[in-house]
Amino acid sequence: MINHDDEQEPPYLYPDYVGTRLRAPVRPLVRLPPGSHDFPAPFFPREVGKLEFDLTRQHAGEPLGERIIVTGRVLDSDGRPVRQTVVEVWQANAAGRYLDQDDQHKAPLDPNFAGAGRCLTDDQGRYRFVTIKPGAYPWTNHLNAWRPAHVHFSLFGQHFRSRLVTQMYFPGDPLMPHDPILQSIPDPAGRERLVSRWDQETTVPQWALGYQWDIVLRGSEATPFEDEHR
Amino acid sequence: MSLPVTPSQTVGPFFGVGLPFEGSENVVPAERDAAIRIQGQVIDGKGDPVPDALLEIWEPSVGFGRCRTDAEGAFHVVAAKPKAGGPGGAPEAPHLNVTVFARGLLRHLVTRIYFPDEATANADDPVLKLVEPERRPTLIAKECGNVLHFDIRLQGTSETVFFVI
Repeated sequence: MINHDDEQEPPYLYPDYVGTRLRAPVRPLVRLPPGSHDFPAPFFPREVGKLEFDLTRQHAGEPLGERIIVTGRVLDSDGRPVRQTVVEVWQANAAGRYLDQDDQHKAPLDPNFAGAGRCLTDDQGRYRFVTIKPGAYPWTNHLNAWRPAHVHFSLFGQHFRSRLVTQMYFPGDPLMPHDPILQSIPDPAGRERLVSRWDQETTVPQWALGYQWDIVLRGSEATPFEDEHR
Repeated sequence: MSLPVTPSQTVGPFFGVGLPFEGSENVVPAERDAAIRIQGQVIDGKGDPVPDALLEIWEPSVGFGRCRTDAEGAFHVVAAKPKAGGPGGAPEAPHLNVTVFARGLLRHLVTRIYFPDEATANADDPVLKLVEPERRPTLIAKECGNVLHFDIRLQGTSETVFFVI
């Protein structure tokens, strides 16, 4: 079987990203027959609240930072919208700090920002979050290493094999060419697909900048012929 | 039409604010009769615990659970042993599907937890048969009192078998 994703997906071992060196598997992965993992994604065992899409309204006051809207469509690789699927996001605050006890970056926490949200896609596969633009932050991968601003995304799609955890970046960020996590994707076109697009239509006058970012999940491997025999 | 898929990126170290939720480690309610506690450790290529991994358990038609590792790399989930049989009626032994996310994993890993009291079914399992015999034990949980034990070794000589799906 040819894996068309190979140039698009990062390898497990990418030594420039130091964290991969002791965690990437070194034994060959065992390829399972097509269709063996086409079972549907499970029912998400938690209700998604109507306001969870808005990361700026989870506390008494509003968070500091540049208010943004992040929206787009979730599609499968056949171009069909993935409807009613859970999209989860988490991110640093405007100062580049996560509300996580392990984040020791000396930047202030924001009492009005937890940095996590969830929503369901609509019948066109559309998702929408209101949040603030996350700050860049330093990490210890190499000397003077800084992560470009990003929002983490987690998606289920329709099948076990469509599961995706990834990161969305912002256009024009000068840190992107220096970030080994983004640069681990071999194909420049693949890296480009993780960068959102500022969009005038999405931008709301006097209120928030808008970014568009579409996500494509792996579809089922089963051919229609195989489906008929299930 | 075939659209290129969106590439994967690591879950990073700070997913704790976004992904786990209260009770998310229970695939089935802990008080259910058939509930089994499965615990273990995620270990890196040097033998050190991985304190920032997230495991997800997928049981088709049963449920879903997720658990992050603690400072010792330890996790536990509560699941139920599924029935034998895979998609399309393939005669697979009972197993749980597991995805592993962690800082340092640019893509998630996929593995399976098989059950130690299913020796006959395991011997006939078409997926276990694809695995070199000496590596098969990495996919079978160990009985440990009332709980099952399943370690995930990301790298090295006793590395857990991971799958491409």
